[in-house]
Formats: sequence, C-alpha cells, structure tokens
Amino acid sequence: MDFEIHPGLYNYAVVVMLMMAGLYIVITRGNLVKKIVGLNVFQASVFVLYITMGKIIGGTAPILEDGFKVYSNPLPHVLILTAIVVGVATTALGLALVVRIREAYGTIEEDEIQRQDESR
Amino acid sequence: MTESSVREGGVRSSNMVLRVVCKLLIPFIMLFALYVQFHGDYGPGGGFQAGVIFSAAIILYGLIFGVHNAMRVAPPKVVRVLIAAGVLLYAGTGVASLLLGANFLDYDVLGHEAVEGQHLGILLIEFGVGTTVAAVMTTIYFAFASRQR
Amino acid sequence: MIAQFVSQHLPALQVVVPLIAAPVCVLLRRPTLSWLFALIVTWICFAMSIALLIRLESAGTIVYEMGGWPAPWGIEYRIGMTSAIVLVIVSGIGSVVMPYAKASVAAEIDPARHYLFYTCYLLCLCGLLGVVATGDAFNLFVFLEISSLSSYVLIGLGRDRRALTAAFQYLVMGTIGATSIVIGIGLLYLVTGSLNMADIAARLPEPGTNRTVLVAFAFLGLGAALKLALFPLHVWLPAAYTHAPSAVTAFLAATATKVGVYILLRFIFTVFGATFAFTTMPLDAMLLALAVAAMFVASAIAIFQNNVKRMLAYSSVAQIGYMVLGIGIATQAGVAAGLIHLFNHALMKGGLFMAIGCVFLRTGSVRLESMSGIARTMPWTMAAFVLGGLSLIGVPLTVGFISKLYLIRASFEAGLWPFGVLVVLSSLLAVAYIWRVVETAYFREPTAEAARATEAPLSMLLPTWVLIGACVYFGIDAELTVDTAFRAAAALMQANP
Repeated sequence: MDFEIHPGLYNYAVVVMLMMAGLYIVITRGNLVKKIVGLNVFQASVFVLYITMGKIIGGTAPILEDGFKVYSNPLPHVLILTAIVVGVATTALGLALVVRIREAYGTIEEDEIQRQDESR
Repeated sequence: MTESSVREGGVRSSNMVLRVVCKLLIPFIMLFALYVQFHGDYGPGGGFQAGVIFSAAIILYGLIFGVHNAMRVAPPKVVRVLIAAGVLLYAGTGVASLLLGANFLDYDVLGHEAVEGQHLGILLIEFGVGTTVAAVMTTIYFAFASRQR
Repeated sequence: MIAQFVSQHLPALQVVVPLIAAPVCVLLRRPTLSWLFALIVTWICFAMSIALLIRLESAGTIVYEMGGWPAPWGIEYRIGMTSAIVLVIVSGIGSVVMPYAKASVAAEIDPARHYLFYTCYLLCLCGLLGVVATGDAFNLFVFLEISSLSSYVLIGLGRDRRALTAAFQYLVMGTIGATSIVIGIGLLYLVTGSLNMADIAARLPEPGTNRTVLVAFAFLGLGAALKLALFPLHVWLPAAYTHAPSAVTAFLAATATKVGVYILLRFIFTVFGATFAFTTMPLDAMLLALAVAAMFVASAIAIFQNNVKRMLAYSSVAQIGYMVLGIGIATQAGVAAGLIHLFNHALMKGGLFMAIGCVFLRTGSVRLESMSGIARTMPWTMAAFVLGGLSLIGVPLTVGFISKLYLIRASFEAGLWPFGVLVVLSSLLAVAYIWRVVETAYFREPTAEAARATEAPLSMLLPTWVLIGACVYFGIDAELTVDTAFRAAAALMQANP
C-alpha cells in the first residue's frame, strides 16, 4: 500500500495492525488478565475503524451554521460510544471473573488452571 | 492508622497534600459532571460522559480516604437502587410517550410542541443514562476494591 | 382500547417489557417475589409473541418505528415470519423454564443472589428478543451483547468453580464473535451509508464488484458462526453448558444458539441476498462441510462423555449441524427444514436438559455412574429423558423424525442425496449416546445415591413434561410447524432474489 498516494488509508492500516495484535494476544497469552488486555486492544481497533469512517478532512461538527459546508458524520461517533460502553462492561465482567477464578484456583495462568481441573 | 487505611485500599492518609487537593477537586469534578450532563443537548456531552465523570469523583475519594469511607458517602445499597432507577427513568420516558399516543421513545408528544418535547425527552433520557452509568461505575469500583483477599 | 394499544405497540413491548422488568427485579430483592414477578413477565412475553405470530397471518411484515423516526434514519423493528417463529421459541422456552427455575435455582444458587439471577435472566431474554425483533444492524449488535453479557453472568453462577473458567472462555470467544459482527456492520456502513438492514440490502453494489462487501460478509459470517457454535468454533459451548446452573443450561441451549442461527439467516438472506452468499461466495459448500463435520465429530465425542450434561452439550453442537445443513442446501425446502429443526431442537434439548436438571437436584451429580438405576426412583424424570432422547435420534412420532424427514427430503430434492444419507448415518451415533444413559438408568443396580433419590418436585417435572409433550405433539401433528417454516423460508428466499 502506498501511503504517499493514499494517505486516507493510513488509519485503516493502524486498524488492521491493532486488530491482529489484539487477536494475537488473546490467542497466545495464558494469563487471563493479558487475555482481557488483548480483547481490549481488539475492540479498540474497531473504535478506530468507526471513527475513521466518520471523519472528513476539514469537516466540522454537524451544526448548521453559515460559512460551513463540510460536516463530519456524527453517527459513527455515537455508535462507537455505545460500543465503548459495551467494551467497558465486558472488561469489568471479565476482570470480575478473573478475580473469582483467582480466589477459586489461586492462579490466573490458564495452563495451571487446566492442570488443577484435570488432576481432580 | 496508616496501616489500616492501606488495607482499606486507600493511600496513606497521612499524606496531607493528597487529602487537601482531593477535597478541593471533588466539588469541581461533580460540578463539571453536572455541566456535561445538562449541557449535553446543546454541546458535546451527555449521560455516558457525565456519569463516568461523576463516579470519578467518588472513586477518587475512595482511593484517597479508603473504600469504606467512600461506601459511607455512597452506600452500595443506595447505589444499586440508583442503577435500577436510571434504567427505569429511561424506560419510563419511553412508556410515557407510548401512553401519550406516540411510538416508544417518541419525544414529540412530551411537551406542548415537538421541539419542546424533544428537549424534555432527551434531558430525561440522558439523566437516566447518567444516573445508571455513575452508579454502575461506582459499583464496579466498590466490587473490586472491597473484595477480601 | 387497551387491546388496540397493546397490539399497535407489540413489537416494541415485546422487547421493552423484559427490559423494564429487569431493574424492577433488582428493586424487589426478595427471592420469591422476584421469581414471581419474572414468571409473570416471561408469560406476558410469550403471550405477546404468540399475538405477533397471529397478527402476521393478516399482515406480511410488521414494522415499528422507534421514536417515530422513519426507517433509514431511525431504528426500525421489523417482524417477519422467521423472526416471529424465533420470538415464539425464545419467549416460549423462557416462560417454560421460569416455573422450573424456582426449585432448581433455590438448590444451586445462594438465596441472596436470587434476585440478581432473575434480573440477568430477564436481561438475557430481552437481549435475545431484541436481536430477533430489530431491523437495525447496530441495534442487533447491542442486543446481542446484552444477551451475551447476561449469559456470561448466568453461567458463572454455577456451583462448580469450573463454571467460572467456562464463563470466562465463553466471554473471550463471545466477545471476539460480537466484535467481528460490529466490524462487519461497520464495513457495510462504510459501503452503503446505512444501518437499516433492508436499506443496506437495497444499497449494496452489484455482487462481486466491491471487495469491502466481501470482507464484511466474512466478518459477519465468522461472528455469527462463533455465536451459534458452528463446528469448529464450538469449543466454548460444552464447558459453558456443562457447568452452568441447570435452569440456565436449559434456557440457553434452547434459545441462545437458535438466535445465532437467526442472525446468520438474517444476514445471508435479507442483507446480502442468497445469490451473493451462495453464488458469488461459496458459503453453501462451507456450511455443508462444517455441518457434516459437526454432525459426526460432535456426536462421536458425545458418545465418550461420562458427564451427561456435557454429552448433551456435544449433542447440541451436532444438532446445530443439522440446522446449518438445512441452510447450506440453499433451497426453500432446505431452509424450511433448518427452521423446522430449529424449533424442534429447542423443544427436545430444552426438555432433555431440564430432565437432567431434575436428576442433578436429587443426586447432586450428572455423572453417568451416579445415574445407575435412577429410573426406579425417578421414573417420570427418566421417562421424559427417554422420550426426549428418542426425539433426538429421530424416531417416528417425535419432532426429531419430522426434522430429519424434511432435511432428507430437501437434500434429495436439491440433488444432494449423499447428505440425506449422512443425516441417517449420524442419527445412529445419537442412538449410541442416548442408549448409554438409558442402559445405565434402567438396567443397572441403583447406587446408594440413586436409591435414596426421590422423584423431582412437580414444579420441575411439569415444565419438563410440557416440553417433552410438545415434542410428541408436534411430532404427530407437524402441520403447524411445517407450514409456518415453509412460509418463513419462502419469505426469506424472496427477500432478495
């Protein structure tokens, strides 16, 4: 991809990198908290994706005023506000489960938990 | 004293600077939250942001003075009721518009004319959202901070 | 007056009533009171979904504009034949599980948390109903997350500590699935500038001309497949169903994956259109292959399980294979067969998990060993299990037979007869795992636990038998389900020719 010609694609490259990094962390890390972090990075990539598509260079907030012709699309921002809230809820619930798992197993390493489950 | 407050999840309470700055900041944080809340239908802002800012004031208080003191300010039982109350306010606004003969969440019928109705509607909705978000964030903080090892 | 008011706002009330009821449940706090309240609410929901289905007889689709904003701008609720069927399944199972939940939840969950259990249950119901009712793509995601988040909590409430790890695993995979769906929706928005599903369908460019649409399709397919536990993305399902409280397993097994199938149907047929999905993209071949793999591999794994709940969970994965097989056949008869099985499987798997929940209540275990001879002390429960099992195998006079009959017929009509044969062969695997339970329960000497067990309380037995009875009833008189499913399939195929 040539960013000299397509500077508008720069954000999408960031999105893809974040997405893959997040997914990679979720898959490869055995530590449950790190998995949550990976999940957050993965979701953050989606936030960037949405925000990017709403942005127009030189666009302003969509309030009708004289002298402004170009407006950014506010809808993706609203959508992503909702998605952020969902993300916060997921993170809080995930961390709460991790706390409970730690209390029940005494560890938050996935392989250690598996070993304990199998030995019973 | 110091040790007990550390165990309660607070910073050493002997740290005068933190305590004073915290006490100075909290009223302004809350005021700013209310500004974001009620100015939300004219400018950037709204229930989500306001709720988080408001709960930040309580969480800051909890961090400095210990979670148990924060729980005395915002009793968990009351906070839990507020979570439900916010959702009910939101849904109640929708039901009110239903009862006034329009579709669910159609604010037009709430006031004497459509624009006034839209203003009132979004104000109520955002207030419901703000209440629930503030209460939920506070509850999440309490749940994690007061967990016994 | 009131009747007219309710009927006018049915699509909104269907979702809003459980949404309002959930916080009220938090305020009630007392276990019995919140249970009673939740029970009434679920029954109201069921009545409303039936009323919607009846109203669809005269109206083609029911459209409801949220907040009075017309469709492409506002959020629109759109109930067609398919959504009406799924609404009836979800709210129906929700209302049957509720009376069952009282005794089961009392035994498995700390009384101080009962009201939270019912709150989450109502939220989950609200989310599932919302996914089905809405015509807005992003709204679908929000409701999907409402249902998912509450189901993680419900699963995590299980008594065993492994319930926590199961819930965590489901949370990670479910979030990846839901996030994929948002990515897909975002890309579609990027191309069409609309979030309304019908509007997106109208604005999509010619198939094959836009690569973003292909990527969106892939992400949406992946997300839906994760949510409906399509083999090999099913790994979260067995653990989650095994360790969740009995009532939760019965509810989720019969509803959550069905809603996943609905999402897949919805995006394939009403957004992308069958031509795009099956001609431009080779989705039919993929679905057929994965469905067959699910039918055989999951059934084979089920045979070797000693935990009966886990066995039924693997069987669920296999049964999802049958539904997906119907969609993969990609004809009207195939999709109808998939829908028939969707309905029928909800009945039988709900009934089976409820029967196992009764056993768990009395013996405190769902291991196969602890069930030996249990049929002597719990005859009604085990009779329900046997009937449900027969239905799972596909014996005539049960709903399982109807499903498989139409699946096989559809595959022969479409010229895909090997798949019809595979359906029959995989049913033999079901005989194996059901027989293991039957043999243990009926022909072994009772263990001390089993001998001490008494028949489950009527409040649990009755709902179990309602579902099992429905299995037999709709197995004998299948006209209603078959007719409705065929009409729904016809509507889906027409949606975007």
